[in-house]
Amino acid sequence: MSAWISPFRLRKAGILGMNERNVSYIARYNDRRAYPLVDDKLKTKLLAEEFDIKTPRLRQVVRQQHEIGHFREMAVDLEGFAIKPSKGSGGKGITVIKRREGDQYVKASGAHLTLGYLERHLSNILAGLYSLGGTPDVAIVEDLVRPTALLSKVSFQGVPDIRIVVFQGYPVMAMLRLSTRASDGKANLHQGAVGVGLDIGSGRALNAVQFNRQILLHPDTGLPVSDICIDDWDTMLVMAARCYEATGLGYIGVDLVLDEVEGPLLLELNARPGLAIQMANGKGLLPRLGNIESLKRPHYTPEKRAAYAMTTFGA
Amino acid sequence: MKQRSRYPFYLAIFLLIAAGIALAVTRHVQLGIPWLAGEQKPVWMVEARIDFEATGEEVLVSLNVPDNPPGFRVLSQQAASPGYGFSLIEDSGDLRAEWSIREADGGQTLYFNVQLTPDDSTDGSIRTIAPEPQAMFWEEPEATAVAEVLERAGAKSASPESMTRELIKLLRSSEPDQNIALLLNNNDYVTLVQRLLNHAGIPARVADGLKLEDARRLQPLRPFLQIHNGERWLTFHPETGQQGLPDDVVLWRQDADALLDVMGGQDSQISFSMLQQTVPALQLATREGGGNGLGFLSLYELPIEEQGMFRMLLLLPLGALVVAFMRIIIGIRTSGTFMPVLIAVAFVQTSLIPGLVAFLSVVAVGLVMRGYLSSLNLLLVARISALIILVIAITTGISIVGYQMGFNTGMTVTFFPMVILAWTIERMSILWEEDGPREVVIQGFGSLFVAVLAYLLMDAPLARHLTFNFPELHLVTFGLILLMGQYTGYKLTELRRFSPVKDFS
Repeated sequence: MSAWISPFRLRKAGILGMNERNVSYIARYNDRRAYPLVDDKLKTKLLAEEFDIKTPRLRQVVRQQHEIGHFREMAVDLEGFAIKPSKGSGGKGITVIKRREGDQYVKASGAHLTLGYLERHLSNILAGLYSLGGTPDVAIVEDLVRPTALLSKVSFQGVPDIRIVVFQGYPVMAMLRLSTRASDGKANLHQGAVGVGLDIGSGRALNAVQFNRQILLHPDTGLPVSDICIDDWDTMLVMAARCYEATGLGYIGVDLVLDEVEGPLLLELNARPGLAIQMANGKGLLPRLGNIESLKRPHYTPEKRAAYAMTTFGA
Repeated sequence: MKQRSRYPFYLAIFLLIAAGIALAVTRHVQLGIPWLAGEQKPVWMVEARIDFEATGEEVLVSLNVPDNPPGFRVLSQQAASPGYGFSLIEDSGDLRAEWSIREADGGQTLYFNVQLTPDDSTDGSIRTIAPEPQAMFWEEPEATAVAEVLERAGAKSASPESMTRELIKLLRSSEPDQNIALLLNNNDYVTLVQRLLNHAGIPARVADGLKLEDARRLQPLRPFLQIHNGERWLTFHPETGQQGLPDDVVLWRQDADALLDVMGGQDSQISFSMLQQTVPALQLATREGGGNGLGFLSLYELPIEEQGMFRMLLLLPLGALVVAFMRIIIGIRTSGTFMPVLIAVAFVQTSLIPGLVAFLSVVAVGLVMRGYLSSLNLLLVARISALIILVIAITTGISIVGYQMGFNTGMTVTFFPMVILAWTIERMSILWEEDGPREVVIQGFGSLFVAVLAYLLMDAPLARHLTFNFPELHLVTFGLILLMGQYTGYKLTELRRFSPVKDFS
């Protein structure tokens, strides 16, 4: 098997390339003015609340250096939480604390952190270390998401999240991202997380890849990924579809998690969703995007759009 | 959302590119700016020397000088003549140099210098209104001979050109009949031909040509015959009848009646000497570019210091073009979008190998030091500031050590933009912590690769020459970059990234 593929074959498979995504979809359907809504997690959270999209509970917003002192008081009665830079990208600067051991905070990886470390981390976030372009940022502290037993079983550490690409309000493709040892508990595919393509019609696993190669078993947990089926699938699709109304962005990636208690929660939105989802699904995006673009009468409610997507794009 | 039509966009780009090329071609043709660097062109320095005996009265010397000689372009005209007032006078299409002095006595020498360069675009074929042939008066028995000769020549010819050729052939025949012998005996040959042609109703005149040979002195002018065929003046060699002017002959006098008039002097003589120089074509173009049509676009009008700056600035678009191409079409990942261009600019100043060595050593030492900084948990701004100081310290260290060891190249580190270096180190370091050394190597080498490519393009003599001498070509660069901005095809690296698609059902 050669390591190259002809562009004609790629086109025939309907694979969306980076340049085409940027020119024909992101530039055309995404209004620049709406970008801050998705690039800033705090704004996304507040916006989602207005549109009845559930997100992990917000515990604290640290905007100024001196507010870091309050973090100590607030963190006293929290068992698990996540610290995120509001304008971070690609999961950078996110610290997830699972539990406490005396004075120490324990990360998902099992590493022990001191309060001083977390305070310096907050200070780094404020200075803009993780933000796009290094601009000053705010840090948000939110409740820890506890994934359902089924999902946490297949994933190695970390929280498996579900990425749904929403085009003009229609969920067109979805995948589940499982962190691995190689990805250091992060759910970024290019760092080695496993991407599991999900059937839009049912939420069932279709195909799985790691480092762009097809796999059948999770490399760390050894469980077959093809058995995975997401609960509450239609709720998730409707939530994703609703993000279109919330932001007005025509081409977005919606990141959801499935919490044990709270059900589906919105983690973040991405105005420049990656292309790896095609590899995870074993299908190209272009035919589906073309289908939506050629719709004569679009559906006006998120529910109808989700239903249309389930029947049209379901396996 | 509706997609706007792309045609106006492509049309605009086409116009942009066409305008850039057209402007460049026009300037090349008009100003003679060469396409290639280092092109050489010959320049002839011709000196006319006038000697005469002044009679102690006021003196006025008037010399006909070349005015648009066919096949040549006049670069400069200069007179050297101590004590004389000098001016160039245009008198009814006839350019004359005039010297004057209130009083002069004894032997006088005047010089007139002209610089000429061969130029095919001025082949002298300017349309002119046909002048009336001069009326000629012949006395018997010449008149009869003339009529007979013209009849014989006219019988074999159909046009002024063929008439001229036939006439010359007749007159130069090895066994002239008695009519011709009579005419030749009583007349100067060239003047005779001219008079005969005029008599036949063909406007004709005698022009003076100078054969250009390197380093010759005391050269005379040679007569050439010119006839007017109704549209333009044509030159014939009076002896051979060959039409057209040899390449190495410049017509000094075409239109004027007299080559030299001297008032207040006697025994006047004129002689010519000449010298060939080879001058870079570019120097030639800039020397005369000045107020000439599109010459205002030339950057040579700027002070030298600004010129140096623009040489560098005008190379930047090429670097940007390389970066756009490598990122959009090829898909190479670089650390920082235009960092490679800035590194390439530094390479241009340091030259490649010393630049690479200096860059890699600064970044490597910087990364080690950054490792220590990161354990201090500094705020971002403070950390970058500290890094800038460290980079300057490393640069200084490398320079001093290099100098002590006898490598002047150590000094070249100073050309690197310090702030860019600091940011590069910072980014690399974060990349290392978050994505591992693999990504650092990929992006680091991607950046260096693009930087080296940009450097190779920017350092090419042709690129330097074209960007500076034809700044309008940047319209083409601009158009290409805009075109690439519309490219929606796959990147080269994506053909590899998506290769597992082959296994899709």
